Amino acid sequence: MTLPAGTTLGGIAAAQRPARQRAGSPTDGWWPWLFVLPTLLGVLVFYIWPLFQTGYLSFTETGPFGGETWVGTENYAKMLGDKNVGLALVNTVVYTVIVLLGIPVAILLASMVNRPGLRFATFYRVLFFMPYIAMPTAVALVWRMIYNGDFGILNWFLSIFGIDGPYWTSTPGFAIVAVGIVGMWSSLGFSMIILSAGLKNIPPDFYEAAQLDGASRWKQFTSITVPLLTPSIFFVTIISVINGFQLFDLLYAIMGSRNPAMQQSQSLVYIFYNQAFIHNNRGYAAAIAMLILLVIGIVTWFQFRMQKRWVNYV
Amino acid sequence: MSSSQLAQKRKTNTGFSPAQRGTNNSRAHIVLAVVGFIMVFPFLWQLIMSLSTNAQVMSVPPTFWPGELQWQNFAAVFTKVPFLSQLGVSITITVLRVLGQVVLCCMAGYAFARMRFSFKGVTLGIILSILMVPSQVYLIPQFQIIQNLGLLNTVWGIVLPGIFSAFGVFLMRQFFMGLPTELEEAARLDGANPFQIFWKVMLPLAAPGISALVIITTLWSWNDLLWPLVVTTYAESMPLSAGLATMQGSVSTDYTVMMAASIMAMAPVLILFIALQRRVIDGLAFSGTK
Repeated sequence: MTLPAGTTLGGIAAAQRPARQRAGSPTDGWWPWLFVLPTLLGVLVFYIWPLFQTGYLSFTETGPFGGETWVGTENYAKMLGDKNVGLALVNTVVYTVIVLLGIPVAILLASMVNRPGLRFATFYRVLFFMPYIAMPTAVALVWRMIYNGDFGILNWFLSIFGIDGPYWTSTPGFAIVAVGIVGMWSSLGFSMIILSAGLKNIPPDFYEAAQLDGASRWKQFTSITVPLLTPSIFFVTIISVINGFQLFDLLYAIMGSRNPAMQQSQSLVYIFYNQAFIHNNRGYAAAIAMLILLVIGIVTWFQFRMQKRWVNYV
Repeated sequence: MSSSQLAQKRKTNTGFSPAQRGTNNSRAHIVLAVVGFIMVFPFLWQLIMSLSTNAQVMSVPPTFWPGELQWQNFAAVFTKVPFLSQLGVSITITVLRVLGQVVLCCMAGYAFARMRFSFKGVTLGIILSILMVPSQVYLIPQFQIIQNLGLLNTVWGIVLPGIFSAFGVFLMRQFFMGLPTELEEAARLDGANPFQIFWKVMLPLAAPGISALVIITTLWSWNDLLWPLVVTTYAESMPLSAGLATMQGSVSTDYTVMMAASIMAMAPVLILFIALQRRVIDGLAFSGTK
């Protein structure tokens, strides 16, 4: 399948540069550049240049006929005073925290599903992993039905216990929690496999020794499994936070565009999308993108700093 | 359980006494089964709704079994939304991205892992630096590039930026670094040029790494929403992910058709996953832990 592209490159290279003995030479000549250049050019054009361009755009305003005019730090000043942006930041944090609450559950499930000799382990893994594989916009439509205030099965279920469920996705405050629950549901499988891979690296003799000392299952879990799993837990936390702060798909698809609660339930990326591609405020949107970059950067940096306190590398 | 069976079990399992294992595992089974049911319930419920009538979907208490299965809801998907063209777009963009990434990431990954050249560190640094930046930061200029190239509402417009993947380069680099060097040396002594070594010797060995890359790229491309939403405006030129997210306006009250459409949109990837589950899970675990 990939032969034509490859052979052409090889052919050109051979034509341009006659074979030459390279033994002992410090580099491989031009060959590596032929391998690297397509990716390097693509990355420069589609990622590195846009990075600087967005930085520039964040100091501009889109004119009525396109084009940009320099407005200095106006967009940033506007952003600081924009209570929607503040609210979006809060919503994004709430969503991320809910998703993070899934990690302890994932640790417990991973340790259960990886028990030696557990039957149906593969079956369980498939069940847990399905939400992660499934298209977010497709599962969002199902969750909208489940959350429906009039006939959704969730409120019917709650009514059995005498609870009068809210209109989940159209009540400000509840909406972001509802989206967060779906986020937790869909990311659990991913956390679980990363943690499972970590579990496989724990030497079984640790458990044997604990067994001889008469340690209970729970004691083994808290004093061996969790401490030795901290590098994996750290990785899953970082990934969950980065993904959490980029909340868009689930929110967009669960809420729908004409939802009255959307104004109060926006995430940072949702505001960015709206400003950039619906309202055509490219400069302001670029400033919001820089804010997203900053927030993720700070949180990730903080996590790496705190890492020393709780992550054990063997 | 006879004593010989117990002895058998003791031999095959590490550390835990059979008695302890038995009781604790039954508790584990209960927890795993309950959580497992919660995980698949939305899919089951979606299937039930897709085979019901609209009246049944909206009934309180809910109708757990529709009685007569409404298969025509699935047929209606093809007439009520441009499902076939969206499916075509989804398949095309996924295939193009996977092919593009496999070729480019393998080549670059191999060069970074095994070749010597000046500015290697800097070049790799430039490529990997984009991993740390959230995708929204690139989005507006990427849109402007695609617009200037006249590629809005085209398959290439959706595909292009995603062909270049720093993550894929990193993944393949890690993989190639783990392979033995002897075969390369032998091929070099036989007079093979670097391209022949890469193509004939190293690439076949990279199959497990490539399959991880294919799995991740397929998932990501099939499910991605934000970028397709940005570069497409007509329903016919959208992939399924964007099509589903925007169809609410047109068929919002046709819940059963909506459910049928969403099942059909995620079915290809879910079926692939169930068929290849071991490989998918290993591939993702591999990419996550490297």
